[in-house]
Amino acid sequence: MKTIEQDRLKKLLQQALPAVNGDAEPSRDLWPSVLKRLNARPAPIPWFDWALAAGIVAVVAIFPAWIPVLLYYL
Amino acid sequence: MAPSAEIGLEQREDRDDLLAFRQGDQDAFEALFRRHQRVVFGWVLRIVRNAAAAEEIVIETFWRIYRAHARFDPARGFEAWARRIATHAAIDYLRTRRLEVELPVNLPAPAHLDPAITAEIRCKTAQAFAKLPATLRVAAVLAVVEERPQKEVAEELGISVTAVKLRVFRALRLLRKELERQGITP
Repeated sequence: MKTIEQDRLKKLLQQALPAVNGDAEPSRDLWPSVLKRLNARPAPIPWFDWALAAGIVAVVAIFPAWIPVLLYYL
Repeated sequence: MAPSAEIGLEQREDRDDLLAFRQGDQDAFEALFRRHQRVVFGWVLRIVRNAAAAEEIVIETFWRIYRAHARFDPARGFEAWARRIATHAAIDYLRTRRLEVELPVNLPAPAHLDPAITAEIRCKTAQAFAKLPATLRVAAVLAVVEERPQKEVAEELGISVTAVKLRVFRALRLLRKELERQGITP
């Protein structure tokens, strides 16, 4: 890609995405939302994730030769 | 109070808050949030160009900051650290919203509008740009649209200056291809 072409693309991009006001402020007080997020309990792990993990462990224990195959697909 | 005394007091307060924050003190964290949220919001807004999204990313950013309080090094400064975390939170946001085309409808038009570039071309360019990978978009927005020094962009993204140049180059190349596909020759 030539420099002139790059410059044209840069100019086009600057026109398409106008500069924003970096001094803008949030429209509301965000602290209550931050506090709520901090105090939120982490989402519990769904039962099917535990079941999947248990299944993989069982498969690996019964058929150790499958470990490379599993690692390949992970 | 003399201005220099005010600055000294502010710096001492900031240092005390930083040390307390590192220990997980929530009051100190709130003080830091109130002092730095505006800068972080402005930074994120430059990246995502959507005020509502920027607010959500600021919340996510400060949540990540608090979770990482033990890893914070007061000697390196809070603001630069916060901006770096905000940049990564913004990239994560753009990754999930990649297929949505966010047009800057609530943002002011460019100061020096080129009459040769029609509104339709600007719109198609924005749409084409929205389809690029998030990491390329962020590098291009900061380095090209915001005209930030490449060294600063590299620090915010945690990559080398060469990598920034490469990402900008790839972003422009992909943008050109996408525009050509739509029948626009830049």
